[in-house]
Amino acid sequence: MQFFLEVLIGGLLAGVMYSLVALGFVLIYKASGVFNFAQGAMVFFAALTFVGLQEKFGLPFGVTLALSLAAMVVLGVLTERIVLRPLVNQPQITLFMATIGLTFFIEGLAQLIWGTEVRRLDLGIQDEPIEALMERFNILVSRFDVAAALVAGVLVAVLAVFFNKTRIGRALRAVADDHQAAMAVGIPLKQIWAIVWSVAGFVALVAGLLWGARNGVQFALTFVALKALPVLILGGFESILGAIVGGLIIGASEKLAEVYLGPMIGGGIEGWFAYIMALLFLLVRPEGLFGEKHIDRV
Amino acid sequence: MTKSWKSAVLVAAAAAAGLAAAPPASAQQNTQFIGITGYRVGPYGANGAAFFGGFIDYLNLVNERDGGVNGVKLTWEECETEYNNAKGVECYERLKTRSALGPTAIHPMSTGITYAIMEKAPVDKVPLITLGYGRTDATDGRVFPWVFPLMSNYWDAATGIVRFIADKEAGNLKGKKIVLLYHDSAYGKEPHSVLDAEAKKLGFELRMIPVPHPGNEQQSQWLQIRQYKPDWVILWGWGVMTATALQTAQKTGFPRDKMVGNWWAGAEVDTVAAGPAATGYYAASLNLAGKGYPVVKDVEDVVYKKANKGQDAKLVGTVLWNRGLAAAMYTVEAIRRAQEKYGKKPITSEQMRWGIENLDVNAGRLKALGFNTMVPPVKVSCEDHGGSGLVRFQQWAGSEWKIASDWMKGDSAMVRKMIEDSAAKYAAEKGIKPGCMGG
Repeated sequence: MQFFLEVLIGGLLAGVMYSLVALGFVLIYKASGVFNFAQGAMVFFAALTFVGLQEKFGLPFGVTLALSLAAMVVLGVLTERIVLRPLVNQPQITLFMATIGLTFFIEGLAQLIWGTEVRRLDLGIQDEPIEALMERFNILVSRFDVAAALVAGVLVAVLAVFFNKTRIGRALRAVADDHQAAMAVGIPLKQIWAIVWSVAGFVALVAGLLWGARNGVQFALTFVALKALPVLILGGFESILGAIVGGLIIGASEKLAEVYLGPMIGGGIEGWFAYIMALLFLLVRPEGLFGEKHIDRV
Repeated sequence: MTKSWKSAVLVAAAAAAGLAAAPPASAQQNTQFIGITGYRVGPYGANGAAFFGGFIDYLNLVNERDGGVNGVKLTWEECETEYNNAKGVECYERLKTRSALGPTAIHPMSTGITYAIMEKAPVDKVPLITLGYGRTDATDGRVFPWVFPLMSNYWDAATGIVRFIADKEAGNLKGKKIVLLYHDSAYGKEPHSVLDAEAKKLGFELRMIPVPHPGNEQQSQWLQIRQYKPDWVILWGWGVMTATALQTAQKTGFPRDKMVGNWWAGAEVDTVAAGPAATGYYAASLNLAGKGYPVVKDVEDVVYKKANKGQDAKLVGTVLWNRGLAAAMYTVEAIRRAQEKYGKKPITSEQMRWGIENLDVNAGRLKALGFNTMVPPVKVSCEDHGGSGLVRFQQWAGSEWKIASDWMKGDSAMVRKMIEDSAAKYAAEKGIKPGCMGG
């Protein structure tokens, strides 16, 4: 039982890390209907910019964070200006293809500016077991994972307030509900897109810092997007809550599957098991757990 | 057409004509063209930048210091594979046509790319140098005349690691538990058969746990390890998998000085990324790290300071940079060997094959070249395309690698038998009649 709990808790906490990446996808999809394939590249760009600035100028953490955020805002605004604005009213698949192109551009740009070397990122939280839990219950829970879960919780709370209580947030929701109607009442679609890409850049920065502190800042950070996809399918592309719940379900189920089913079928199954889970959910709820149900007239 | 448009068209036409008339690399007098399938971007870009940085720095050293190999200047072209098999094949196809003499020899620097081009190489008569990677049974040159897993192969590494662990356990592994944590790919599966055989022979319990690519999340694998309570973990990682394994080992309380990586899981790019979690970790190595070798000083003085052609000063002396330097040295020595037979002029790729197969870089030659003990002596033959089989161990001390053993061999008799059996099976499947090609 103790081992089962360890796997379950570890899986839930890993799921929170996936949710952090999934949140960035959700924000952009909510506001523009664009599935941003470049979110993984943005995570990489954000983390690399942070450690690059830290290494080059040796500035305090807060200043480096602010400068990295500024870089992500610039990236978001430029993406809206150069990539999305010329494609307004084009089919969704065109916008999706544009974000694929954007992925390769951002990956290349990040490596061009900061180089390809692997860098260490120290956030001051060691990835070690919490001693009190080990001593009392012999259950292994990582201090770093708990801290990451707290950060994710705060981030979701901030986003919830932003979306529900601020004027910009309400405008974002209006745009998400209906582009045409939002524009008709005077909401500037282009500015809203720039804002939402900047907020997604901020989420990418948080995800990049946490993943980078865990694995080192390197190109492999772009692969964390692959962990977010089943979370999105399961939780729904438009729901922040869905990203969190989806992450928890995917994280826990893939870890349990790897530990208990894996050894029977050769192991190494968690990479694709998450997608099987998501596909099974698709059969029952195509819009995901918290996604909006679309009914189209024919 | 306006005047400016006419000028532009004329310039473009002239440039196109110039390109068409430009001599291919081979036709340039007295140069030896080397095709390089490298990678400096993508998931393994950091590893590739160090290896190919060292490789090119050595080629520059030979040109700048010695005026080439017996007066034949070296030229090269690097093609970016991003460690991707399809791009690797594309690069190979491009590079083999860049010179009428061939690309001299190709270092694929990827087990996947090696497998993808292995059957093309004999047709094109291009030797492949797979230094410490690739298909292990290709060490039998009677079946694989065009492939050279120089120095040591994966089975040398696996049995060397087992011997290293046995030495730490007072020579007795009976009843001990060892986990192989491996990258779930062709690369990660290479040591399975030899470790199974070692487990049976030495009486230890072996459990193999795969990590799906890219290996940036290993919680469940390490919880299984925590439950199994092994005495040692052998880490067969690459790229982000190694740093993540070290971090997750710390998270689950597994001691790092009970972990031994292979030589692709033991570079600064792995340990620096893992931070303090890497301290105490052992790794096998084909070569030693550090700048304390005359050849490294020559590179710094001649290539970096005098000629200002260095690749990246930060990488000089790192594990993978030194490995790239050694790979280039063996390549250059093979060219030199081939020139002894075919004349002091540019050689063809076919002649290079003979040069590699008759390569003999002994301790005296290593000293003369300034490598001293950085790499072991290598003597290649038709039967043994590796030429060494030696491995050495290093331990990460928090900021640098410290030597943890002398050069040593694993179970070379068992490895040789398994290589011959596997190569014979391959020969039977492909209808190859084993034999030596000669010159």
